[in-house]
Amino acid sequence: MRRRSEHLPFLLPALLVTAVIVLYPALQTVWLSLHNFVLFDPDNIRFVGLGNFADILLRDELFWISLGNSLVWVVAAVGLQFLLGLVTALLLNQSFWGRSVARALVVVPWALPSVIIGLMWTWMYDLNLGVFNDMLLRAGLIDAPVAWLAQPSTALGAVILALVWQGFPFFSVMILAGLQTIPATYYEAAAMDGATRWQMLRYITLPSLREVIATALLLRMIWVANSLDVILVMTGGGPGYATHTLPLYAFLKAYSGMEFGYASALSLLMTLLLLVVVASYVRRVAKAALA
Amino acid sequence: MIERRSRLRVLLEVELPVLLIVLFAVAPYLWMVLTSIKPNSAILSFPVQYLPTAPTLEHYQVLLARTSFLHNLFNSLVVALGAVVLGLGVSVPAAYAFSRFRFAGRSGLLVFFLVINMVPVVLLIIPLFVLMRQLGLIDTFIGVIMGHATFAIPFSVWMMTSYFNALPCELDEAALIDGASRLQTIRYVVLPLAMPGIVTTGIYIFVSSWNEYLFAMMLSGQNIKTVTVALQSFIGEFTVQWGLLTAGGTLIAIPVTVLFLIIQRRLVGGLTAGAVKA
Repeated sequence: MRRRSEHLPFLLPALLVTAVIVLYPALQTVWLSLHNFVLFDPDNIRFVGLGNFADILLRDELFWISLGNSLVWVVAAVGLQFLLGLVTALLLNQSFWGRSVARALVVVPWALPSVIIGLMWTWMYDLNLGVFNDMLLRAGLIDAPVAWLAQPSTALGAVILALVWQGFPFFSVMILAGLQTIPATYYEAAAMDGATRWQMLRYITLPSLREVIATALLLRMIWVANSLDVILVMTGGGPGYATHTLPLYAFLKAYSGMEFGYASALSLLMTLLLLVVVASYVRRVAKAALA
Repeated sequence: MIERRSRLRVLLEVELPVLLIVLFAVAPYLWMVLTSIKPNSAILSFPVQYLPTAPTLEHYQVLLARTSFLHNLFNSLVVALGAVVLGLGVSVPAAYAFSRFRFAGRSGLLVFFLVINMVPVVLLIIPLFVLMRQLGLIDTFIGVIMGHATFAIPFSVWMMTSYFNALPCELDEAALIDGASRLQTIRYVVLPLAMPGIVTTGIYIFVSSWNEYLFAMMLSGQNIKTVTVALQSFIGEFTVQWGLLTAGGTLIAIPVTVLFLIIQRRLVGGLTAGAVKA
């Protein structure tokens, strides 16, 4: 009854479209990265081999600055999103009045477009009219308004806080789902043996969540490392290069500089750096899904 | 947990922290909405005036009457619906094949769809721009929809595969034995049962496409600017008129917030399968 090629007509449309819009462009990036390709200078396209890569690694100070910022960006943003998400999930797993409303409201930041996230946080950080400065002044924590997004020492941290706000619901939803799969009998047995609540968290809850947490962390690292739109909207990479991350740098090279060859080389390098994380994530998910 | 905690401890250890977190989650949103209904005089006063004393809809009127915003809303709607149709149209059959047929290269292809969901946007956006330019698809609906399909397709393939996997194969087999063709089986047995999954996946594609900024900006020009691109360009054009900007932000945010709240519970399955884009 089952013909050998019965699956083909089902798969072909997805494969064809994907080949055109993902596979071909990805390969083209490799081609572009080996060329000097400035969009509005089409007569001057020439093969430069690995020249772009050599320029980036040996002569481009901005690449190293962006790489450093990217590391801070990923570690701080993902780390804080995770901690806040974990605490939120543990709290939302307790029983209290209004729990379902709280669970729904906490997810709100996740639904919003990054342009609006950038916009609302820029507005809150505003030097003269921002609610952030107003609250800190009223609380006596600062003496004069601070230009959070305009000074190099605070800009990256300020954008990271906006990203933590956007991303912690993802962790809390994932971890909450994980919490609900832990059998109540574990806790009953532990309580019988006189375990404290802290010990239950340490020896039952966290070990049971290990898989969920590892998957969520890897997934989130990949996306935070790739995400550039919130930064683009809030600071455009500035002041100076204080909030330049690798994807943003590559994007600006292409978008403002029109240097498509160089930008392609940058984004390829970034992809290579991410490959370790992507590989461990894919292995994990594929093993679970194909088992 | 067996342990009974006193009312006061629940209040201090659970309810108060929850309240703080919920406040943190909704405060920026509320602040945007509040700003959008204040007259300019109140927006421009410092120390900040927290609650509007004279709420007004003037920013919404200006936004809808004097800017291209309505047109941009329409563009976003077309793009998002297009992404849903294209994404579901090619992914549902593919997911059905992944779930129901065993063929050579099946796991390899599934992994392929997982990997392309991880490809950095910057890696795709540069050559896609070049490609769309060659094809003359810059500033067309098709161009932006194809850009959004780069994340819509891999996501839906994984989501739908896990939904189909949850439906027992015996259903298909029973229908096939009763003499239904493969297509009839799908049409009358599988699709109706998979409908909740299809709706969830479709809504998620819609929300992601509606929210998307980079592809929409790179691949659109004046004609089919989506709301996110338009809002961002207003920042320069109207020299930071916060009333207008927050009114626009509110109008963009409300539909996706509602849609997202509807589907969020059912997303978790796809999340753990790694399909959901942040």
